[in-house]
Amino acid sequence: MIEALFFYLFAGVMLASGFMVVVSRNPVYSVLFLILAFFNAAGLFVLIGAEFLAMLLVVVYVGAVAVLFLFVVMMLDINFAEMRAGFQKYLPLGLIVGGILVFELVAAMYGDAFSKASLPVASEIPNTTQLGGVLYTKYAFLFQISGLILLVAMIGAISLTMRKRVGVRRQSIADQNSRRREDVMEIVKMPSDKTKAKNNVAAGSVDDK
Amino acid sequence: MIEFLTQDWVLELGWIVAKIMVVIGPLLIAVAYLTLAERRVIGFMQLRKGPNVVGPFGLFQPFADALKLMAKETIMPAGANKVVFMIAPMLTFILSLVAWAVIPFGEDLVIADINVGILYLFAISSLGVYGVIMAGWASNSKYAFLGALRSAAQMVSYEVSMGLVIINVLLCAGSLNLSAIVEAQRGMWFALPLLPMFIVFFISTLAETNRAPFDLPEGESELVAGYFVEYSSMSFALFFLGEYANMILMSSMTVVLFLGGWLPPFDIWPLNIIPGPLWFIIKIMLVLFVFLWVRATTPRYRYDQLMRLGWKIFLPFSLIYVVLTAGFLLVTDRLPAVALG
Repeated sequence: MIEALFFYLFAGVMLASGFMVVVSRNPVYSVLFLILAFFNAAGLFVLIGAEFLAMLLVVVYVGAVAVLFLFVVMMLDINFAEMRAGFQKYLPLGLIVGGILVFELVAAMYGDAFSKASLPVASEIPNTTQLGGVLYTKYAFLFQISGLILLVAMIGAISLTMRKRVGVRRQSIADQNSRRREDVMEIVKMPSDKTKAKNNVAAGSVDDK
Repeated sequence: MIEFLTQDWVLELGWIVAKIMVVIGPLLIAVAYLTLAERRVIGFMQLRKGPNVVGPFGLFQPFADALKLMAKETIMPAGANKVVFMIAPMLTFILSLVAWAVIPFGEDLVIADINVGILYLFAISSLGVYGVIMAGWASNSKYAFLGALRSAAQMVSYEVSMGLVIINVLLCAGSLNLSAIVEAQRGMWFALPLLPMFIVFFISTLAETNRAPFDLPEGESELVAGYFVEYSSMSFALFFLGEYANMILMSSMTVVLFLGGWLPPFDIWPLNIIPGPLWFIIKIMLVLFVFLWVRATTPRYRYDQLMRLGWKIFLPFSLIYVVLTAGFLLVTDRLPAVALG
């Protein structure tokens, strides 16, 4: 009974926050609702016994991806009225995409793809171990390829945004650490001039008064 | 009424709530006294006395501070986003408490002994950035916003190397369960074979909790107080409590991962009669002392130095160490046995 209650709680909040992501006027609210949706999805994962996936969802999407989203959205200087202007124009397109997704989900649910066999089986072995067992043996190639794709994406992003700027003073730690005292510093012995110093002190005291 | 109370799930729920209270109560008192300890320890290190007037040795100082904060007026800045402004400190405080659900205080002394305990801790600690970033944005102030931006970049950077350090520990322990990680350290604490990782992890926890020398988000010399500059009264107190509770949490994470949790250093007579939870607390206090020690003795890092340390030194170093650890364990055939079923 309690599990069903939690399922409806997580699912309900997830749907509601997913809806709010789309309709919020303020993009920062949208991202915050997106985070809430991720969280509830993680809760649903825990309910079907996929605790590893749940934690991964929180670590990767909430802990890293959404932070960067929020970062970017907060930095943007957005004109809200302008953003709402295109709403009517894009509505039919959005509805078509949404309709296709709903159709596919329903088709998958009543088709063979979502049969009972694909549901997790209760097992004594923690699912981290199970996942690792197939990921690094049976699907090792696919796993490596997905890693390579991410690497290429990363290199692409860096090469797109990296630019050499001239006239920037950058600290070179290696240069700084390899400086020797003799190269940069000169100790000069000054003859002490006691009479001069005395005069200065006297002048200072006069000024004070 | 009595029938309702004796139902199984009501009893179970009551038992869980009682366990939570047993953890949260002492934790809040520990947080209060950590603030006092910080001021006293830093005071002694700087040849001053620190607060010693309220009560014997200044022991009532935290309560005096708390009363003062509660009596202050809660100020809402004019241009602030009210909802997010109020949610941010609550989020920080709640996150610093929920993580304690998986910390094992002794053998079987844990609220929730879940399979993926270390991932849960990692996930919760990576959420701490939201409290900061929401506070900075909602305050509608330049200082607060700059502090929040620094903090977001800093926390995301140091999490990466923290994750890699945790992988090192997992390779040696062979489990994601915190109790199992502690049990794997019977004989030798992971701080010895993984000493470089222990140091990297400790420095990363300093950065993760925004403590000196990485306290740029608060940087009082240039940002006034950083992300919580607009907060006052209890909303400020929640940030403050959250930060110190996070320090204790990170120390306990260090203790669980590297210093053998509740285990005594050697399993010999005078040491092993001290109960496990006491060992755990002693070790946490030791790590916390180092936190304060570092704060009293190191100058603040510059922002670019901080980023360089995180991305160019810790990340490659811990990555190489993962390969080294895995290679060593594989060659010497010491990889922990895992039943694949």
